[in-house]
Amino acid sequence: MSAPAPVTVILDGRIVENEWLSLADDAALPASGKVIVSLKRFRAERAALDGSGLAIGVRISNTEDVATLAQELSGQPLIAVEIPKMADGRAYSQARVLRERYAYRGEIRAQGDVMHDLLFNMARCGINAFELRADQDAQDCLHAFADFDLAYQQAADGIETVLQQRRRLAA
Amino acid sequence: MYRYDELDQRLVDERVVQFRDQTRRFLAGKLSDEEFRSLRLRNGLYIQRFAPMLRIAVPYGLLSSKQLRMLGHIARTYDKGYGHVSTRQNIQFNWPKLEQVPDILAALATVQMHAIQTSGNCIRNITADHLAGVAADELLDPRPYCEITRQWATFHPEFNWLPRKFKIAFSSSTLDRAATKVHDIGVHLLRNAAGELGYTIYVGGGLGRMPMIAHKIREFLPELDLFSYLEAILRVYNRHGRRDNIHRARIKVLVKSLGPAKFTEQVEAEWAELKDSYLKLQPGDIERIRARFDQHSYLAPAAADDGSYDARLAADSRFAAWAKRNLRAHRQQGYMAVFVSLKASGVAPGDITDAQFDALADLADRYSFGEVRNTHDQNMVLAEVAKKDVYAVWQRLSELNLATPNIGLLTDLICCPGLDFCSLANAGSIGVSQDIFDLFEDLDYQHDIGELKIKMSGCMNGCGHHSVGHIGILGVDKHGEEWYQVTLGGSAENDATLGDRTGPSISRADIAGAVEKLIQVYLEQRESPEETFLDAYRRIGMAPFKQKLYGGAEVVAEDEVAA
Repeated sequence: MSAPAPVTVILDGRIVENEWLSLADDAALPASGKVIVSLKRFRAERAALDGSGLAIGVRISNTEDVATLAQELSGQPLIAVEIPKMADGRAYSQARVLRERYAYRGEIRAQGDVMHDLLFNMARCGINAFELRADQDAQDCLHAFADFDLAYQQAADGIETVLQQRRRLAA
Repeated sequence: MYRYDELDQRLVDERVVQFRDQTRRFLAGKLSDEEFRSLRLRNGLYIQRFAPMLRIAVPYGLLSSKQLRMLGHIARTYDKGYGHVSTRQNIQFNWPKLEQVPDILAALATVQMHAIQTSGNCIRNITADHLAGVAADELLDPRPYCEITRQWATFHPEFNWLPRKFKIAFSSSTLDRAATKVHDIGVHLLRNAAGELGYTIYVGGGLGRMPMIAHKIREFLPELDLFSYLEAILRVYNRHGRRDNIHRARIKVLVKSLGPAKFTEQVEAEWAELKDSYLKLQPGDIERIRARFDQHSYLAPAAADDGSYDARLAADSRFAAWAKRNLRAHRQQGYMAVFVSLKASGVAPGDITDAQFDALADLADRYSFGEVRNTHDQNMVLAEVAKKDVYAVWQRLSELNLATPNIGLLTDLICCPGLDFCSLANAGSIGVSQDIFDLFEDLDYQHDIGELKIKMSGCMNGCGHHSVGHIGILGVDKHGEEWYQVTLGGSAENDATLGDRTGPSISRADIAGAVEKLIQVYLEQRESPEETFLDAYRRIGMAPFKQKLYGGAEVVAEDEVAA
């Protein structure tokens, strides 16, 4: 079985080595380590996966209603969301609802067309891990998280919003 | 004028830095054309037929004199000496150079302006009544609500990659001057029976190739629940709006396919989860925004109106003719709203030169509290002029070629840039508007015809709002030639209605003449000069107009673009 793909990952604002192997539905499970399986496979092989001794992350398509899976996945250490292309923003809603409504505390990892200019907003929505597209300059990408140091909207990150600052100043 | 606090300013400044870096990476080959396209569009930068077009946001159409001077400076320095007022109250420049855009944005930021989200599939400029704050039929000034909504929408992390563009308009008056029912969301401010302030929410209106009138999805939303409700609507749309077909991607298509009842149910279910969250506003939030709008201290009625206005009206018939068309009532006794016509003969509708920007800034400073507004009919308004000053303002506007007395008349037509500038267009708009201008230049004739809104778009995208014109004109491409479809009876006001097609499209050579024929039918058939074109059409229907346009000939099968 192959090692995790040599993809560059940013996790919580730092460049880290990728520990997670993203498995196709028909690929055999490795003996040890961390794997990401599709929601379909997770549901079909739940018992085997739970007994495998592996850390199991789950990949969801961006058309899933996270209300139907948040409970089921609440104990998994990772949920991977898909960015099929830059212009498709559905995963942002999924991540926010997972974080804010269902208080999911594991890693939410973006896979797919993950590039520099999307990182700031993804992070605001609660995505904390990013599998960078192969052509991306990881060091450069780190700067994207500092594009703005404040925001108008409260979201899933800890930024003190404009509204909160105004309330504080007025108090 | 809303004055930025340092937080508003910091966000705009940081956006300039971010965009400068995006431009740098594009020019260095680190961003593909396609990627940079998505990023620059979110900053209002299109690559057009001849050059980039930069669309600058003018929230709810309000501009300060300082901002006008900056627009004049940009027109002079980075463009060919003019700008253009769009149908969503923004300002466009047609000739900037791509590599200079970061500098333009930096200059704009110094006067609290930007181009944020003026294009792209995200939440666009928030628009409002151009008479907001001065209209006599207004419940309260909607602009603080527009501003707080602008802030909520600016860089919204979840809604930057929507299925399609998203437009929100506010109205707070008896007469809807903001075309709210042809927006993705229309918000009407109102008080309920208990006297509490809130909003009626309309969703799913829109123009373009599938024009629709919005559905009312909530009769009364309490004032402090604005953000949670908007987020609920946007989240339902972001998740379920179609992304497989750009022509089916607007929220109106989602509302239609689910049905308004089912759509409303989904929004309400989402809202139930959000309404008591941090999204709920506190009363002070709106008050603090309101407090950052300049308060205007009006002269006492006797000082504002010293009687000279009436004397001038009686003595100067040219002034009187202009006053009849280009002035509107102001809620403050002794004041008037003065319309600045950007529809002079020989000028593309909505165009304004650098010198006119500067001169309007001077007029605003001297006579109208330093403010000007853009209208969605592509004119401007000096909204708060004391009656004693109106004559002097008119004289100066006349010198500037900004006093054509045609507001609301036939030649006050609106049109998109069309084939002359836009890479989407099928046909020209500006040339047709000039032909119509030439045919109807006689102002007495125009006055006799009375209130008439002609709206023209060069393609199905409908930037010229043709679907809601009393007479709508849509440019279509027919075997490489420019042809025009005509609709009658549209309206964007309270009685929002989509126009009806007259029949087969009309050639470039015949289109202005066709408008003249329609006017002849109206003049022959109207019951009195008080019956407007729109009212007459609603009474007599399509048949007489059709008869005049096409004669008795069989209406031939359509071969234009499918709807």
